[in-house]
Amino acid sequence: MIRFRSIFWPAVFALTMAGGAWAAFLRFYYGLGASTHLTDQFPWGLWIGFDVLCGVGLAAGGFTLAAIVHIFNIKTYKPIVRPAILTAFLGYLLVVVALMFDLGRPYRIWHPLIMWNPRSVMFEVGWCVMLYTTVLFLEFLPLVFEKFKLSKAQRILKFFMLPIVILGVILSTLHQSSLGSLFLIMPHKLHPLWYSPLLPVLFYVSAIATGLAMTIFESWHSARAFNRQLEYPLIKRLTRVLAVSIAVYMTMRFLDLYHRGALATLDTPGIERWLFGLETVLMAVPMLMFFRERTRENPTAVYIGVVMFLLGFVTHRLNVSVTGLEASSGVSYVPKWTELAVTLAIVAGGFFIFRLAAKHLPVFGEEEPEEAPTLPVLSGEACQPVLSRGD
Amino acid sequence: MSRAVLYDSTLCVGCRQCEEACSTRWKLPYNEKIAAEEVISSHKLTAIRTHGERFSRKMCMHCQDPACASVCPVGALHRTAEGPVVYEEDRCMGCRYCMAACAFQVPTYEWDARLPKVRKCDMCADRTRSGGVTRCSEACPAGASLTGGRDELIAEARKRIREKPGEYYPRIYGIEEVGGTAVLMLGAVPFEQLGFSKNVPKQALPALTWNALAHVPDVVVMGSVLMGGVYWISHRREEVAKEEGRP
Repeated sequence: MIRFRSIFWPAVFALTMAGGAWAAFLRFYYGLGASTHLTDQFPWGLWIGFDVLCGVGLAAGGFTLAAIVHIFNIKTYKPIVRPAILTAFLGYLLVVVALMFDLGRPYRIWHPLIMWNPRSVMFEVGWCVMLYTTVLFLEFLPLVFEKFKLSKAQRILKFFMLPIVILGVILSTLHQSSLGSLFLIMPHKLHPLWYSPLLPVLFYVSAIATGLAMTIFESWHSARAFNRQLEYPLIKRLTRVLAVSIAVYMTMRFLDLYHRGALATLDTPGIERWLFGLETVLMAVPMLMFFRERTRENPTAVYIGVVMFLLGFVTHRLNVSVTGLEASSGVSYVPKWTELAVTLAIVAGGFFIFRLAAKHLPVFGEEEPEEAPTLPVLSGEACQPVLSRGD
Repeated sequence: MSRAVLYDSTLCVGCRQCEEACSTRWKLPYNEKIAAEEVISSHKLTAIRTHGERFSRKMCMHCQDPACASVCPVGALHRTAEGPVVYEEDRCMGCRYCMAACAFQVPTYEWDARLPKVRKCDMCADRTRSGGVTRCSEACPAGASLTGGRDELIAEARKRIREKPGEYYPRIYGIEEVGGTAVLMLGAVPFEQLGFSKNVPKQALPALTWNALAHVPDVVVMGSVLMGGVYWISHRREEVAKEEGRP
């Protein structure tokens, strides 16, 4: 049994990567037509809808946690800032990898640097993603400096950390919302359940919730993988914050639907209303779960809720970018196996690199103990004083 | 002087001479098989479509405020002063946002190419710039596609509707659509019966994204002040503690 388990995941990983490599060959040798089901009527598919739009959202924990700890100075969450930043940094790198697959001429990805069009949302997103990936790199560097004991470099970087963190929050605010703005130009194409002038705000708020959810998700997984104690009291508190974030998002979403009269379209038969239902259930159920004390006490329930919410988030983004556009396009789009293979390989690669980094870099564990004396990592008792402080 | 094309569906005989002339201009292959395709694609930049006994023509509408040009992150598309919306392939990185944004589903992509580019009608910009007419207008034996000044063509279209009210559906497609296009259409029946989308908004689309983008500088300034302020407040407690020598 133990032997089987020790072979199973590496085998799955190897197969996924092999599939991805074959798909990559097809993509770059034969072109987009041969490797995707994209058409003139449906120019954006899974790579934009999932790899880019969801990828960036799932990496939002980096700026959320950095803001909570470094700007709002809520030190309780300090132990999970580093894993969140690592996730975000990897996430953005993988988004760039996915973009290289999707762009027709990936070697021109740098063109927005010198060919400007400030009226373009994509131009703004491109610049923000590029700058923010640099910011994440700088926020990630301390892990490397610490590992190799480069304390002088560490001190220099620390001096500049506040402006870097603030810049990161602003850049994230801009492009997380702008990913929603991308679709503002298609009022006639996107189904009214998803088209809204509020799309940028909805994308921003849902990204914050998703960043928090991803932080819980990856805490849970790394606790299992490295046989570490889960920072559970911390996760419990974060779950509360997550519940409120989802509540804010859902309220905003339904107020918007109500004010635009879009709920009336639920009477029209079609796949859209079921997808809308799926998205709503996958977000509302975890929200209600997280509001219950009993759920928050139970790590497995929290994990299940978080996974549900993440799926709900992915459903929403895919509805906006893929399924909500199908009816008006006149064609039906189902991703080709190559599109799925590339996406799976990118996700698997992400897990793999995260694991590698977590193993070899000081991602978890007490950094700078002089600054965070009450690390509530080990048990509920340890964090009581912090909890009662009321921040 | 803004140049424009007026296509009159009631005059079109469906001979597809415009298609062939267009393919010649772009050095694209043209044969019976391609002639039978009633959609535009990267190898066919204009298409005559059959609707029973009537015809309609699909081509780039050359919007006066084109969505494709506003969304392009590298400025590979722009509207020239004379009206045509043109594409510079050397800039294009292939994000295909122009295709996603176009209200008329016009830009097409070379899906089969290893290094593809976008393809679309450019209203023969090299000819219309100097007051010339497009290849399609030149080739049309029925005078169904005219090239001229936009105001003159609108006046001409109105005159046709006025003089033969029985033969025309009393609207000109392209005057209001997405805030106005340089390609204008006349038809005998409502345009949705000629394959044109009914849902095309009446206002120019780039304003929709600009409403959001215009807030970017404000977000940067407000964000900096807010974050800096929160930092200052939230770290105050520690400063005080340090001063007083408490842990």
